Amino acid sequence: MITVSNIKKTFDSVIACSDITFEVKPGELFGLIGPDGAGKTTLFRILTTLILPDSGTALLDGHDVVKGYKTIRTIIGYMPGRFSLYQDLSVEENLEFYATVFGTTIQKNYHLIKDIYTHIEPFKKRLAGRLSGGMKQKLALCCALIHSPKILVLDEPTTGVDAVSRTEFWHMLRKLRKNGITIIVSTPYMDEAGLCDRVALIQNGVVFTIDAPHSIIANFRKCLYAVKGKSKYRLIKDLRASPVIDSAHVFGDAIHITFADDKPEINLVESYLKENGHEGFSISEIPATIEDYFLQWSLAETT
Amino acid sequence: MNHEKVIEVKDLVKKFGSFVANDQLSFTVYKGEIFGFLGANGAGKTTALRILCGLSKPTSGEITVGGYNVQKQSEKIKQNIGYMSQKFSLYEDLTVVENMRLYGGIYSMPIKQIKARTTEIIQKLRLEKQKDSLIASLPLGIKQKLAFSVAVFHNPGIVFLDEPTGGVDPLTRRQFWELIYEEAHNGITVFVTTHYMDEAEYCDRVSIMSEGRIVALDTPGNLKRQYNVQSIHDVFISIARPGGIGV
Repeated sequence: MITVSNIKKTFDSVIACSDITFEVKPGELFGLIGPDGAGKTTLFRILTTLILPDSGTALLDGHDVVKGYKTIRTIIGYMPGRFSLYQDLSVEENLEFYATVFGTTIQKNYHLIKDIYTHIEPFKKRLAGRLSGGMKQKLALCCALIHSPKILVLDEPTTGVDAVSRTEFWHMLRKLRKNGITIIVSTPYMDEAGLCDRVALIQNGVVFTIDAPHSIIANFRKCLYAVKGKSKYRLIKDLRASPVIDSAHVFGDAIHITFADDKPEINLVESYLKENGHEGFSISEIPATIEDYFLQWSLAETT
Repeated sequence: MNHEKVIEVKDLVKKFGSFVANDQLSFTVYKGEIFGFLGANGAGKTTALRILCGLSKPTSGEITVGGYNVQKQSEKIKQNIGYMSQKFSLYEDLTVVENMRLYGGIYSMPIKQIKARTTEIIQKLRLEKQKDSLIASLPLGIKQKLAFSVAVFHNPGIVFLDEPTGGVDPLTRRQFWELIYEEAHNGITVFVTTHYMDEAEYCDRVSIMSEGRIVALDTPGNLKRQYNVQSIHDVFISIARPGGIGV
C-alpha cells in the first residue's frame, strides 16, 4: 500500500532522511518509532505530498508522491504533529467543514467515526480551541477519517497527551484496522511500538530496523536482568563501576543491566552489591522491550 | 529522607471566573526529594506550577516556596528557584558560554562564580569542543542536559521541571535523569511534571491531579500496592477510568 524507496532529504547541512526504504502492507498498522529530530515528520510530509524528496521515490496506493500528488491527497487522511484544525470553529463545524471540503457528508461516513465521536459529541458546540489535549486528538482523528481515506497518516498523535488519552487513542486505532484502513503512525513512545503490526525504528534520519515488535524483541541477543532496590542513584553508580557489568540504565522502578561478554555473573554482582552496603535488592532475568533494543542500539552507535 | 520542608501548600485555590482550576490543594515537598506532579492535560498542573514559581497568584491558600510566601514574596521565590521546560530553555542564537553568562547575570551571580560554574558544567558534560557553538547547532540530547545544568546554574534549592524530556531518545532521557538524581543526591529538591509514566517511577513521591484536585499522593511503590497494579501507568488508568478503558 505504501512503498518507500531510497528517500533522501537534506535541509542545509542536516540530513533529515537518509536513504529510507520500507513497505507498508494494506490494512497494516505500521509504526515509525524514534525520538525528536529522527526524521519522522520530514518523511511524513514527503508521503503526504507536502514537500519534495531530494531523491528516491514513494508510492501510496500505486500513486507517486511527486507525479500523483493530486490523487494521493484525496485518498489519505492526515493528522499533522500540531493541532491544526480551526480553533475558532466548534467541534461540529470543523467536522462539517472537512466533510464538505472532501465532497462528502458527516452522515455518509458516520459509521467510521462513531466510536470516537461519541466521546466528544457532548461538546459538539464547544470551540475546538477550548478542548483538552485528548479531545483535540479525537476531533482531529474524526476529521482525518470523515472522507473514508484508504490510508491514515498520523504524525505523533499522542505526543504531549496524558497516558490515559494515549491508551484510549491506540484502542481506537486498533479498532479502525477492522475497516481495512492502512495506518502509518509515528511516535517517540517506545511502549506504543508494541501495539503496531510492524515497526520501523528511526534515529538521525536512518531507519535501522524494520520488523514486527515481537521479532525485534526475539532478536535482542543479550541476557537482560532487572535490579530492584533502594537508593537507585547509588545502585547505578556501583553497578557501572563493576567490571562484569556492560551497561546499567534506569527503567521505571528497576535498573536494567547487561553483562560484559554476555556472561551473567549474578552471584558476583550480589556479593559486590552487599559489599557496597546495599540491602534488600533483587536481581531477576527479564524479557527485553523495544526500548531496551533501541537503547542498546544507541549505546553501540555512540561507542 | 530529609524532613526539612521546602514547599508547603495548604488549601490552594485558583479560580478563573467561576472555573476552579485548583481546588483545595494541600501537600508538602521535602528537601532533596524528587517529587513527581502528574495529571491529565487540563487537570490543573500548569496552573499550580505557575503559582509555585511565583508567576501567578492564588485565589486563596497558604503557600511557601523555599520559605518565601507566594502572595507577598514572589520575586524572592523567582530568585531562588530554577526552571526548565520543553518549550523554552536556552537561547538558540547564543553560544553555550554566552547562555551561561546571561543566566548567571540574570541571577546576579558574581563574575568569578559564573566563570567557575561555566567551567564546571562544560567539564561535566564534556562540551570543551562545543563551548563556543550556538545552541541551535547542538543535538537535542545535549541541549536538554545543558538546559537542566543552566536551570540550576545559580545553585537554587529547588528546581521546577515542566515536561523536560518530551520526545527525547531513550539514552538521552536516562542520561538526563541521572543528572537529576545526582543533583537531588546533592540536596536540590526537584519538582517535575511528566507524561512518561516510567519517569514517574523515578520519583520519591508522586501526586496525581484530576479535575483540579489531588486524587493520589504517595511513593510509587505504595500507589501500586494500593491500586493493586504493576506500574504507575496502571495506577493512572485506575484513577482516571475506574471501569477500565472501554472504547
